[in-house]
Amino acid sequence: MAVVPPRAGAVVIGAGIVGNSLVHHLARLGWRDIVQIDQGPLPNPGGSTGHASNFIFLVDHSREITDLTLDSVRQYKELGVFTQSGGFELARTPERMEELRRRMSSARAWGIEAQLVDPGFVKEKVPFIEADQFIGAFWTPGVGVVDSLRAGTIMRESALDAGALTVVPTVEVTGLSTEKRADGRRRVTGVSTTGGDVEAEVVVIAAGVWSPKIGDMAGISIPLTPAVHQMVSVGPCRQLAEREGEISFPIVRDMDTLCYERQHGADMEIGSYAHRAILHEPEDIPSIEQARLSPTEMPFTPDDFDPQLEQAYELMPELLGSEGAEMRYAINGLLSLTCDGAPILGESEVAGLWTAAAVWIKEGPGVGRAVAEWMTRGHSDIDLHHSDIARFHHHQMRREHTRLRTTESFIKTYGIIHPAEQYESDRGRRLSPMHESQKKLGAFFFETAGWERPHWYESNAGLLEQYGDAVMPREHEWDARWWSPIINAEHLRMREAAGVVDLSAFCIFDIEGPGALASVEQTCVARCDVAVGKVVYTPVLDPAGGFRSDLTVMRLGEDRFRVVTGGAHGMADRAWFRDHLAEGATLTDRTDEISTIGLWGPRARDVLAPVTHDDVSDEGFGFLTCREIQVGEVAVLASRISYVGELGWELYVAMEDGAQLWDTLLRAGAPLGAVPVGIGVYGTTGRLEKGYRAFGSELDAERTIVEAGMARPKVKTADFVGREAYLRQREEPPAAVLCTLTVDDHTSASGVKRYMLGGEPILTREGEPLTDGHGHHPYVTSAGSAPSLGKHVLLAYLPPEEAVLGRRLSVSYMEELYPVTVGSVDATPLLDPGNERLR
Amino acid sequence: VSVDVLVCLKRVPDATGEVILTADGQAVDGRYAGFTTSVHEDCAVELATRIVGESGGGATVLTVGESEAVEQLRSALALGCSAATHVVAEPNALGPADVAREIAAVVRDHEAQGRRHDLVLLGNDAADTGDFQVGIRLAHELSRPVVNGANLVSVADGEVVARVAGPDGDETYRVPLPAVVTVLEGGVEPRYPTFPGRMKAKKVEIEERGLTSTPAGGGRIRLTLPPPAPSRVEVLGTGAAAAPAVVDLLERLGVLSR
Repeated sequence: MAVVPPRAGAVVIGAGIVGNSLVHHLARLGWRDIVQIDQGPLPNPGGSTGHASNFIFLVDHSREITDLTLDSVRQYKELGVFTQSGGFELARTPERMEELRRRMSSARAWGIEAQLVDPGFVKEKVPFIEADQFIGAFWTPGVGVVDSLRAGTIMRESALDAGALTVVPTVEVTGLSTEKRADGRRRVTGVSTTGGDVEAEVVVIAAGVWSPKIGDMAGISIPLTPAVHQMVSVGPCRQLAEREGEISFPIVRDMDTLCYERQHGADMEIGSYAHRAILHEPEDIPSIEQARLSPTEMPFTPDDFDPQLEQAYELMPELLGSEGAEMRYAINGLLSLTCDGAPILGESEVAGLWTAAAVWIKEGPGVGRAVAEWMTRGHSDIDLHHSDIARFHHHQMRREHTRLRTTESFIKTYGIIHPAEQYESDRGRRLSPMHESQKKLGAFFFETAGWERPHWYESNAGLLEQYGDAVMPREHEWDARWWSPIINAEHLRMREAAGVVDLSAFCIFDIEGPGALASVEQTCVARCDVAVGKVVYTPVLDPAGGFRSDLTVMRLGEDRFRVVTGGAHGMADRAWFRDHLAEGATLTDRTDEISTIGLWGPRARDVLAPVTHDDVSDEGFGFLTCREIQVGEVAVLASRISYVGELGWELYVAMEDGAQLWDTLLRAGAPLGAVPVGIGVYGTTGRLEKGYRAFGSELDAERTIVEAGMARPKVKTADFVGREAYLRQREEPPAAVLCTLTVDDHTSASGVKRYMLGGEPILTREGEPLTDGHGHHPYVTSAGSAPSLGKHVLLAYLPPEEAVLGRRLSVSYMEELYPVTVGSVDATPLLDPGNERLR
Repeated sequence: VSVDVLVCLKRVPDATGEVILTADGQAVDGRYAGFTTSVHEDCAVELATRIVGESGGGATVLTVGESEAVEQLRSALALGCSAATHVVAEPNALGPADVAREIAAVVRDHEAQGRRHDLVLLGNDAADTGDFQVGIRLAHELSRPVVNGANLVSVADGEVVARVAGPDGDETYRVPLPAVVTVLEGGVEPRYPTFPGRMKAKKVEIEERGLTSTPAGGGRIRLTLPPPAPSRVEVLGTGAAAAPAVVDLLERLGVLSR
């Protein structure tokens, strides 16, 4: 009977690819006294790693996932377990071919060798494929297969050799113990197992599909679901058996039939993502004793796979029908899915309890390294904010949400997903107080952090005629999908009169108490020791000087600050502030109590003044100040700030008064031409004309204030997280410079005008790649219309030598080049560079 | 002369993992391990496929069971059977006499339609209930000769040749067609489906029927699990020093002989 030691520096639960990478990197970074446990035997304890198909395609539209994948491939190569095979992604339809062109954009942006090829090229490398079944393919020569079990063993052994690790297989976790700290937050104190109890202040849940069950033991939600991926293995096939080794033909992803064909010795493995989503609860996964194969190799359900047979057979009839080839192995293999497709990494709300779950083979070692860096030094080299466990809002922590969203997204695993595509399931979780009014106005809702947010209003369709071509209509369906020219009409009306914007999705929390000032001072880059009633816009950095966030802080009292940040990343920001509270400070989340309405435009003051007795003149209510005013009968905290570059206010109001304030503003504004304006303006057109940066697009942990062009002349003397790094960054020339570019000509070869949506590579005018000081290639971080300029605007980090006003470059969109010109090399806005309109 | 074979099989929980019973104790729970057919029946399908392959004719697969048992019919179709009959019924309500009577009814009805099943193959016993009765009862119903527990079956000149491996040697039986044989695993290696076979299987139209009379039931009260077999772990040693002990053990088990 295996027994765990009584005490450990850190306990890692799980010996799959993630747990093994993690112990390796923790040991490499100097941690000792690590205990790794697993319920199963080694080297294959029965989790998803054991039945993985183990191939790695390199290009993903997400930079974060691609970077983790590329780092993983580097590590697999170092471990000697990577076999390069090359890989094809096939297009059977013109729509898919277009998607593969978009994939080329991502390949160029991330610097991965790839090319679009014709069926003949594929046939040459995969002779048993029927070339008339598809029209083209995306070829990535760097694709390969790995031995993930062997990789795990080597990594575990390296930690053992370093004397850093004790491994205890065949013990099952039965409980996690926690206690309440002095500050009220719980912390982890140990792990109970069938092999005894182990005390530890750091515990990592790297238990794959079982992670939610273990998280529940400490009362934390790890919102992933075990889901079936079907795989059958056919062989021996003569065509494959003739060649030596595990793999000698490129892997084929038949994207339109949602399946892949991957050689494994003499067998061909066919995997499918085409079946209905088959989800399980972690509690219903069989034990090792109950399972026929391993617990995560569930009984095959042939009915679900049958439709795939014919499609696979069409593609490779000679191979799959070859004499003696039989379906020898077929499983419903379990893997982990999450509501947004990203992994679940980082420290949970229980201090010391970390998670590293919902990770696939292609990201495993990269995640192991990044999380180990995060654990040992507080930040990782690769920005992980999309994967941060702190990102989840309450509605997302429900198992129901995960189940609904993954059911919807499973079939899109190989899908063509528009960058703005919205989920349909589990919508309407959070409704602003003006929701009913917005529905009547014909709002087209997008979702952010569970909130339904109008992206534009059909009630403004009448403006289209008024503004004509100034609304920059888009001819191509893809460019115009999840978009409307009404956005640009609303924009023009806002710049001309005023717009009223629902900002209920803001995350709002108050920092209070004698330690409040110290808390915000040590967290924010900008000086927060300002007069009561001042509004501060500030970056928030990690210790390495990368962005954690950018947000606004209002000083509402001597010992009272209100932090306002975007909904999407709000929960992670809240966790960051919670982790950096000074003594004597508390954090209270006000998000569900307070609604926010934006009012901006040249007539904003004329809209507000008649409905309040308070002084809203420039003299009486200056820029970057805030204070309580009465609007009609409603008490409002007004803050004079703008993300769209216009005069106006953010108006914070009690949730129950939100609808009344909304109606008051619309009523008062109507005679002046004010209209309700959607997030399409707030988040894109208005902001881009002003060159305002957005966290998650321009700003993330791999970007610095200097590169983003946001450095102020002075750095405050008070200490703050990242100060040292920031001071250093200020002394060095930047490796990249965030620039604003405009597109000079949109005409494609076919004559149709095309509009970039973001993520496209920026190249020289001639189409040659550019490389910045980090070795990265520039890509569009945000793209959108600038209707007041009549231009399409792109933001991108350029190599410093290219960051020159008027520099002529090009952007590659769907594999065609379009000329662009650098319009700004710092935060200077293209529209109203003197910020006159804010007055 | 072409021979027509009817193979009978039963959807049963896969018992290669730990056996779990349903809450009411009436059945084995297949939730984790999935459902399959017994190895005896797999061999019966294999034998049927070989017999019709050699003699021409067709193999029909039959099951008496729940609607999900169509999965097992399709699996047999993928292996070379060309027709299927599904008597849809709740299997736990049936005793072996009921099952035998229902199979006999199918054989008679098919015969009335001009489809004569010369040979009926069944598994030696069901993997879940283990009643060991259906084959003999079926033969009795149909007034046919029966050979039990054969692991090799072939057909030549209107006769079935069935080999039964006994403890003291093989017994070979020759019985005239039409006949019934129950099959014991071990004589042939069941094949896996081919890709085209599976594709063909899903296109076959399956004959669906109901029960011909009210089942009498099996009289079973409930299933119980035997106490877990005692297991003892003995550490033979570690490293190279353990080698002699391992060799001794392998000799004792008869794996090695010196």
